[in-house]
Amino acid sequence: MADMINTVNMERLKKGEVNLGTSIMAVAFEGGVVLGADSRTTTGSYIANRVTDKLTHIHDRVYCCRSGSAADTQRFSASAPKVNIDGFAFLPFGTRQAVADIVHYHAQFYAAQHDSRPPVHTIASLFQSLCYENKDRLSAGIIVAGWDEEQGGQVYNIPLGGGIFRQPWSIGGSGSTYVYGYCDATYKEGMSEDETVNFVRNTLALAMARDGSSGGCIRMCVITKGGVRRIFVPGNELPKFWEGAELIETKRAISGKPEMSLPATAGEGMVVQ
Amino acid sequence: MSSIGTGYDLSVSTYSPDGRLFQVEYAAKAAENAGLSIGLKCTDGIVLAVEKIVQSKLLVKGANRRIMSLDNHVGMVSSGLLADGRHLAKRGREEAQSYRDQYGAPMTLKALIERVAMYEHAYTCYGSVRPFGISTIMAGVDKTGPQLYVVEPSGSYYGYRASAVGKGKQLAKTELEKLDLSTITVKQGVMEVARIAHLVHDDNKEGNFELEMTWIGPETKGFHEHVPSQLLQEAEEAAKRALEEAMEED
Repeated sequence: MADMINTVNMERLKKGEVNLGTSIMAVAFEGGVVLGADSRTTTGSYIANRVTDKLTHIHDRVYCCRSGSAADTQRFSASAPKVNIDGFAFLPFGTRQAVADIVHYHAQFYAAQHDSRPPVHTIASLFQSLCYENKDRLSAGIIVAGWDEEQGGQVYNIPLGGGIFRQPWSIGGSGSTYVYGYCDATYKEGMSEDETVNFVRNTLALAMARDGSSGGCIRMCVITKGGVRRIFVPGNELPKFWEGAELIETKRAISGKPEMSLPATAGEGMVVQ
Repeated sequence: MSSIGTGYDLSVSTYSPDGRLFQVEYAAKAAENAGLSIGLKCTDGIVLAVEKIVQSKLLVKGANRRIMSLDNHVGMVSSGLLADGRHLAKRGREEAQSYRDQYGAPMTLKALIERVAMYEHAYTCYGSVRPFGISTIMAGVDKTGPQLYVVEPSGSYYGYRASAVGKGKQLAKTELEKLDLSTITVKQGVMEVARIAHLVHDDNKEGNFELEMTWIGPETKGFHEHVPSQLLQEAEEAAKRALEEAMEED
């Protein structure tokens, strides 16, 4: 029994798998929900697809964004000296698609049998049981979001082990770690649809700027009672934030020599050669 | 039913020349002659009741419960063969539980009744089995509000505001029709159902009976529970008083 437990490794990136280093996000607002994701798919250092659509249709008013990640500890573990490119390993695209396909089938079945759309919670529960029961084979972190008549816009986070947590907003993927602080500082209750779209766009742009395995463009979904609206932000129209200042300047003008030094504002501890 | 099977009633999988399934009709007969069950859908919940004829003075009062729960929010009572009722309840519980496991939410009455009725229907399709000898009332409160259905041995089911199955169902239904079902609450429902049960029952013909009653309402927070013994006692006393008054008027 103990051996069996030891052989279970949920955090390994299988040989030859395609990484989906990701920044994904979903935020609920009054009357609906906004989902967003970057568009980068990588194999090693090669960007296999720079315009991936990581938002997957599950049913009329429910989408999901998926990611999988190895624990951060892998990066520091002595037993794993070879580190993944970014310390995050991601579920192969095929497997992720399989999970979504199964849930899509169940959602359609539910709709046919009940003559009504499945509630978001029901779909999240389907994802949850799949993730829980196959936790040794999957490394899938999933965010399910959508709108239903009973509870309006909803976001459910289904992390690695197969738990289920309803949240007002949720972020995931390797890029998310860089922007938790931004989300905590920025998110307000009672935001409008436009404010929520901006919040998602800005958060993802920040995550993509810092995370090497996220990038490309932003794809979003706005799900309300009326339907699903897709928004696309091309890579050259991403919102821009502070991108670093020119620290080094040449003091040629003053001394006449090609000497380099720090600007007046730089700290004394910094050494520039 | 004056007809006799004339050979067409030996198997449930054989139609008579005029398109009837005699075995299914006989099963309905088994249900018709058993103790009365009443179901009432109210604005704020549901009430279920069953008339239990006291077969022996040695039976413990309050034991031998007849109304069953299929899930927290669903009750079921049937008139007919008791063991058939308990078997159907077992199936209903399994359906409700597997739905919870799969969808992570309580089953709606509509979905549950569909499954249970399909199960009963299967027993009218094969020569190796007999149909259920019960008429069943299933009632509960789900996300769409209070619901009440009746399933027959044939596997057909209907939704009702109130219904009765078993011996004396016609009289009970006539009384239920007199109620204002669009405004009645479970508190009032308990009193009315007790009154109807006592009205329909004939002590001289059938002997004494025990009234078992369950409900789902504001007091039970959406759970299917037995009506508290004190309230049931009050309801039965009021029922007896009302009957005596009615007798005096006649």
